[in-house]
Amino acid sequence: MVGITSYGAYIPRYRLNRKIIFSAMGWFDSATAGAARGEKAVANYDEDTVTMAVAAAQDCLNGCVREDIGGLYLASTTAPYLERQNAAICAAALALRPDIRTADFGASLKSGTSALISACDAVRLEGMKSFLVCAADSRQGKTGSNMEYTFGDGAAAFTVGKDDVIVELKGSHSVSRDFVDHRRMQEERFIHGWEARWIRDEGYVKIMSEAVVGLLEKYSMKIGDFAKVAISCPVDGALKYLSKKLGIEADRLQDNLIGNVGDTGSALAPMMLVAALEEAKPGDKILVVGYGNGCDVLFLEVTGQIEKARDRMGIKGHLSQKAELDNYLKYLVFRDLIPLEVGVRAEEAPRVRLSVVYREGKTIASLQGSRCKMCGTPQFPAQRVCINPDCGATDQMEDYVFCDKIGHITSFTGDGLASSISPPAIYGLIDFDEGGRLYLDITDCELDSLKVGIPVKMNFRRRYADKRRSIYAYFWKAVPILEKNA
Amino acid sequence: MAEGIKNKVAIIGMGCTRFGELWDKSTEDLIVEAYKEAAEDAGIGIKDIDAAWYASCVEEHNAGKGGIALARALKLPNIPVTRVENFCTSGTEAIRGACYGVASGACDVALALGVEKLKDTGFGGLPDVATVSGVEQQFYYPNLTAPSMFAQIANAYRAKYGLTREEIKRILARISWKSHQNGADSPRAHLRRPPSIEAIINAPIIADPLGLFDCCGVSDGAAAAIIVRADIAKDFRPDPSYVKALQLSLTPSRGIGHQSWDGVHLESTRVSGVKAYEEAGIKNPREELSLMEVHDCFSISELITCESLQISPIGKAGKDVEDGFYDFDGKIPCQSDGGLKCFGHPIGASGIRMAYEIYKQLQGKAEPKERQLKQDMRLGLTHNHGGICGSMVCSVAIFGNEL
Repeated sequence: MVGITSYGAYIPRYRLNRKIIFSAMGWFDSATAGAARGEKAVANYDEDTVTMAVAAAQDCLNGCVREDIGGLYLASTTAPYLERQNAAICAAALALRPDIRTADFGASLKSGTSALISACDAVRLEGMKSFLVCAADSRQGKTGSNMEYTFGDGAAAFTVGKDDVIVELKGSHSVSRDFVDHRRMQEERFIHGWEARWIRDEGYVKIMSEAVVGLLEKYSMKIGDFAKVAISCPVDGALKYLSKKLGIEADRLQDNLIGNVGDTGSALAPMMLVAALEEAKPGDKILVVGYGNGCDVLFLEVTGQIEKARDRMGIKGHLSQKAELDNYLKYLVFRDLIPLEVGVRAEEAPRVRLSVVYREGKTIASLQGSRCKMCGTPQFPAQRVCINPDCGATDQMEDYVFCDKIGHITSFTGDGLASSISPPAIYGLIDFDEGGRLYLDITDCELDSLKVGIPVKMNFRRRYADKRRSIYAYFWKAVPILEKNA
Repeated sequence: MAEGIKNKVAIIGMGCTRFGELWDKSTEDLIVEAYKEAAEDAGIGIKDIDAAWYASCVEEHNAGKGGIALARALKLPNIPVTRVENFCTSGTEAIRGACYGVASGACDVALALGVEKLKDTGFGGLPDVATVSGVEQQFYYPNLTAPSMFAQIANAYRAKYGLTREEIKRILARISWKSHQNGADSPRAHLRRPPSIEAIINAPIIADPLGLFDCCGVSDGAAAAIIVRADIAKDFRPDPSYVKALQLSLTPSRGIGHQSWDGVHLESTRVSGVKAYEEAGIKNPREELSLMEVHDCFSISELITCESLQISPIGKAGKDVEDGFYDFDGKIPCQSDGGLKCFGHPIGASGIRMAYEIYKQLQGKAEPKERQLKQDMRLGLTHNHGGICGSMVCSVAIFGNEL
């Protein structure tokens, strides 16, 4: 049996109420009033698809043995690099073994489902014990466009394997069509569309129903056999029409997340699947439809192991943890859509030396330090001489990763002097519950919500964006753990 | 313990430029000005100098690295010139180098000179740690700035000793108020307009709870000292300052990597203080010291330093502050020239500027005359600290006017 063995998701903390977009840009196109409903998730200024994919993977890998993972596929149409493998950045951040297969899937919004099918193939055909699949997107529509309202940011992750399968992949069916509803060329930031009515009729409805019928025929199934149908169609009208055409009962249609997250592109179908799994019972059959230049349809069946994989933030957990982004201009700044006067101090940002980043790879990428074998003290960065004043042993260290450890705030401040896209810059001393202390940036929080003692978890974030030299440099930051954020 | 530096060397001449936003002065101008005053004060010429120690910290945008800037500006005659840099202790490091050089017998007359032109950075405050601490540390540390590191100490102090935010704001404001009072009378100081306690408390926050007036001036400036053997000091002048102690302590960065540090007092200050008192033969610093210049880069830094140096009891310096113990007319005047707070903080010059104030006060020659302390002037202490809180370098120097 091959299928999903664990799942996780990530939704950025900030949500932009679409009415705020309309109040800022409705003057330009009053017809967008129809799109000005609900809210969309917006990545923080220090997030991108790589960081969101890592966060979803951390959620998914909760309790998993990382050494078993034999590969990582990252699906995204907005991965930060065109040349430099984004999946490899994620694999390094997640402290995966180096002898694994990594690949980027992109260009199509169905790349999320395609990556999932390919990972299952790798497990089935090559006997890999476990394979990690991440999908993340942060697409950008032009200011005032319908796409600006619709698009949201988010990520999902799965591990796929043969043992302890929680959802079996019973089969799949794919259709490929050069149907150009959305497109973006190299060096372009914004996505181009075509007439919405054509996309609805010829794209969403026709291509997806053809693919679903194809799968049903291939496996002699009826649509009524499926407890949940997750269709990555971001347009409610088209989705309604399509489900009527296919005969999907309303309570079996998985919510498309548009109302509270937005169209997360290649991550939409995977995120909807995660949401479906959060409610699924053993024996449920689930149909997942990933759309984009054709269609992937996945036929899944939930096993009795599903109960073992409940301890996740997932979609539900992340939806409950949000902060309103109550300012359209702040959204534009976070997404780097308007020039911001960062000041002379910010211009002093030091050059990132790639040879150092590579040499210090594990230290920087996976927050790897060392732990003294004599006294057990974790320390960062890795030391040759133990930092414990009562020990001081030399060369008695073993590798120790901090990125999956929980800490708490020992001291903090909001720095009004340091340059920051979201001032004040908040940082402090973090003491880890299992030992070790680091000075770390604290992100995804407001200064007045912090107190000494608040628990934090580690989040991979963009530390420097050196556009002159095409370097995004990543490091870890502390994120306060709120009530349900276990 | 080693025999130490006590009474082996003496300062026979000192100079200090005006500190401030000296837009129209170059590094060379400042070097020459500080040196001229020191040389005239000592009654020596350039050919009398056997070796020089030159302090600058973040001067790369101006004078560059190495000792050449000093040699070139003064046309030093083919003598050894060593540039020293050790964060905010850089100026005191130049004095240490010169003193040890003379004490070793390698030279008879040595120059210690520190200079810094911070105002050419183009922004307020010191450069971020990430720009001065090496490539690896760009990642290991947040974009730390000095005010927010000390703001964290202020918050930790408040938590540890049970003070409300209002209480600590008032104590810190009293420290800055005192230094502003002193700085107002100090002709070469950077900030000379004294604000009221209320204005200090209500100033814009830089890093909570520290407001604008809790932070020292970021300045251009230079200072210089001429060092000779103690036994020949009186050949140059009747009132030299004898070096009683020079101590430097660097923590093994435990504060930022091991949970044993409580985030309040700086261990390097305590250790360098203990060693300096031992070197100088001081048993009870609260009774024996006449005046102090401590590294008040922030008001909180003065508060914890007065405790770590055993002047006030740990956790209780606030009472001495409010009782006026550290005021100009108090038991131990602290920052009689305005301190870093008001005199300003051109990093490489600061340690030498502190020694300049001690030197003049010990001689009874503070200018203008109203600035001369009335207390019995015998022993003065200077203190610097720098780096990252929890990973600090700290210096303590003690000077006296008697052998």
